[in-house]
Amino acid sequence: MTSPAVPIERPTDWRGLAARLAAPVGAVLAVAVMVLSLGFLADPDGPQNALIGLYNALGLTGQAEALAQEGLDPILSKAIIAVVGLAIGVGGIWLIYIGAHSVLELLGPRWLSRLVPWVFIGPALLLVGVFLVFPSITTIITSFTEGDGFIANFGFVFTDADMLIALRNNALWLVLVTGGSVIIGLVIASLVDRVRAEALAKTFIFLPLAISMAGAAVIWRFVYAWQPPQEAQIGLLNAGWTALGNEPVPWLQTPGVNTFLLILIMVWLQTGFAMVVLSAAIKGIPSEVIEAARCDGAGESRIFFRVIVPMIRGSIIVVATTIAVAVLKVFDIVYVTTGGRFETEVVANRMFNEMFLFRDLGRASALAVILFLAVIPIMIINIRNLRRQGIGA
Amino acid sequence: MTERALPATLTEAGPSPGSRWLGYLGVRVAIVFIVFLWSLPTAGLLISSLRDSDALVETGWWDAVLHPFESAQQWTLANYATTLGAEGMGEAFVNSIIVTVPATVIPITIAAFAAYAFAWMRFPGRTVLFAIVVGLLVVPLQMSLVPILRLYGNLDLNGTFLGVWLAHTGFGLPLAIFLLYNFISQLPKDLLESAFIDGASHLTVFMRLILPLSIPALAAFAIFQFLWVWNDLLVALVYLGVSSDVAVMPARLNELVGTRGDQWHILTAAAFVTMVVPLIVFLALQRYFVRGILTGSVKG
Repeated sequence: MTSPAVPIERPTDWRGLAARLAAPVGAVLAVAVMVLSLGFLADPDGPQNALIGLYNALGLTGQAEALAQEGLDPILSKAIIAVVGLAIGVGGIWLIYIGAHSVLELLGPRWLSRLVPWVFIGPALLLVGVFLVFPSITTIITSFTEGDGFIANFGFVFTDADMLIALRNNALWLVLVTGGSVIIGLVIASLVDRVRAEALAKTFIFLPLAISMAGAAVIWRFVYAWQPPQEAQIGLLNAGWTALGNEPVPWLQTPGVNTFLLILIMVWLQTGFAMVVLSAAIKGIPSEVIEAARCDGAGESRIFFRVIVPMIRGSIIVVATTIAVAVLKVFDIVYVTTGGRFETEVVANRMFNEMFLFRDLGRASALAVILFLAVIPIMIINIRNLRRQGIGA
Repeated sequence: MTERALPATLTEAGPSPGSRWLGYLGVRVAIVFIVFLWSLPTAGLLISSLRDSDALVETGWWDAVLHPFESAQQWTLANYATTLGAEGMGEAFVNSIIVTVPATVIPITIAAFAAYAFAWMRFPGRTVLFAIVVGLLVVPLQMSLVPILRLYGNLDLNGTFLGVWLAHTGFGLPLAIFLLYNFISQLPKDLLESAFIDGASHLTVFMRLILPLSIPALAAFAIFQFLWVWNDLLVALVYLGVSSDVAVMPARLNELVGTRGDQWHILTAAAFVTMVVPLIVFLALQRYFVRGILTGSVKG
């Protein structure tokens, strides 16, 4: 074995250093490009101006002028924005992570291990902070200060006649949608378990979950459609109603009925979700338990209420919580069907109207705070339940 | 071994074959009925969207099902042509795609990095920060509307796609981090440890190991976020508005309800156009979607 006569050449180290520097320098450049292109993305005329610039740079002034006069095809312009946005949104974000990581690597292993978690969670924390934490705090402050102040903003919520209707309706929504979806979902889940075409049947009931609330609102507006008595009824509900010998009813314009009909839309949308979760929970019950109950002489309904329901209690609470939280925020159904008229108002819809119709940001913020406060007790019940089961903190 | 008397009920416990068969039939009938009831509104919409505007107001859509070959039914695709062209649903469709694709892809990347860090890295404040992120799951979106609208006003972001992508990313992150954390934290510890012993950095482990293994969870969240963004009306109305060059489909559909409220041939076709893409995505990827719901709600 001979030791190498020639010592390792010095220049190799320089090359190594250059290689090590390339990634961070590239990362910094990438970040700069990304920041600049955000301006491009925010400007609807960005693609057009960029193309004109490109033509000018290539010396095609004639084409540049033609483009400036005609304007870029709007669809093409949007497509360019989308492609650039996607490239930056995906490629740019990866470059930030990789670049920041390589900068830390340059600083040495100690810094790397200390700071790399912050690189990984940094962008997420930044976005969550900008879009959720900071605005929530601001909204609470706004609800106290904007307009005529705290007393006026919140006082209005609890005294105005329309608002009281909205609060009453929200309570109805909360109880009926949550209760209805969970009970119907539970019944379907326990029935569907026993048939061969289980997956297919479930799909049909689950399907509305994929439909937008605006779409669902149109579907059900059609079911509730009303025509004058002498004309043919094309709405399913009125067709059935008149077939029974009654006069057709303009359902959505009839206070007292319409809120329940809107609630039905949400039940239709949410039952599939409850069914899927509860069905999985029922399947999780060991079959020996049910067999044992059967051996002890329990009938089907007894097994259902005394064995199945208590055993999936945790899942029922989770489903109810999820649906209740979704119900509080619901806006689209009311907005598209009645716009909150005819006594169908709910808090979330009223908040939208305060923002854009009445331009009262103080009241709108107060309504948002009320939605938030309404969620808290639901969450506390849920956390208590989790604690009792020994899951989580 | 002591001999125990069998409970007297045991012999009577099992229902007779006849009544069991009846019970099974009852269950089937009930399920068919429920499925029928659940599908009826959508079926009515779809059938109506394929009928001529005159036929649609003269007879109920069920008449077209009962007598499909009578000339009075006047099946047509013209409603879709009108909706997509003159009524602006075609352009809204393009806008919806432009809004939805980046608003689905971007949060996944950011959330995956964060979920990995929360699951497998030790750093001060980890538990508190994770608790805050999960707690934000229930903060109503409405809490953010007014301040973000003002912020966007200052930054000139109102009515731009960039503004909506960022908003959907911010609003979607808590659920994304939560779902991905549930999955990533369950991956076998030995796997990661052996990678670190081989000298891999966190970045390498994340890219080479975690991401490929997390594909089911990533897919589940992608479907969630896709459906949520595609079907969203509130965020789109607030930050994009209703001008036809940016309005997404639910917003356009709502406009049509206002302006064409009694023209059911247009409304039914328009509503069905908004539903096509989510229904295809949903039916194709249902398995992942259900799995995502189950990790999100049952384990939570």
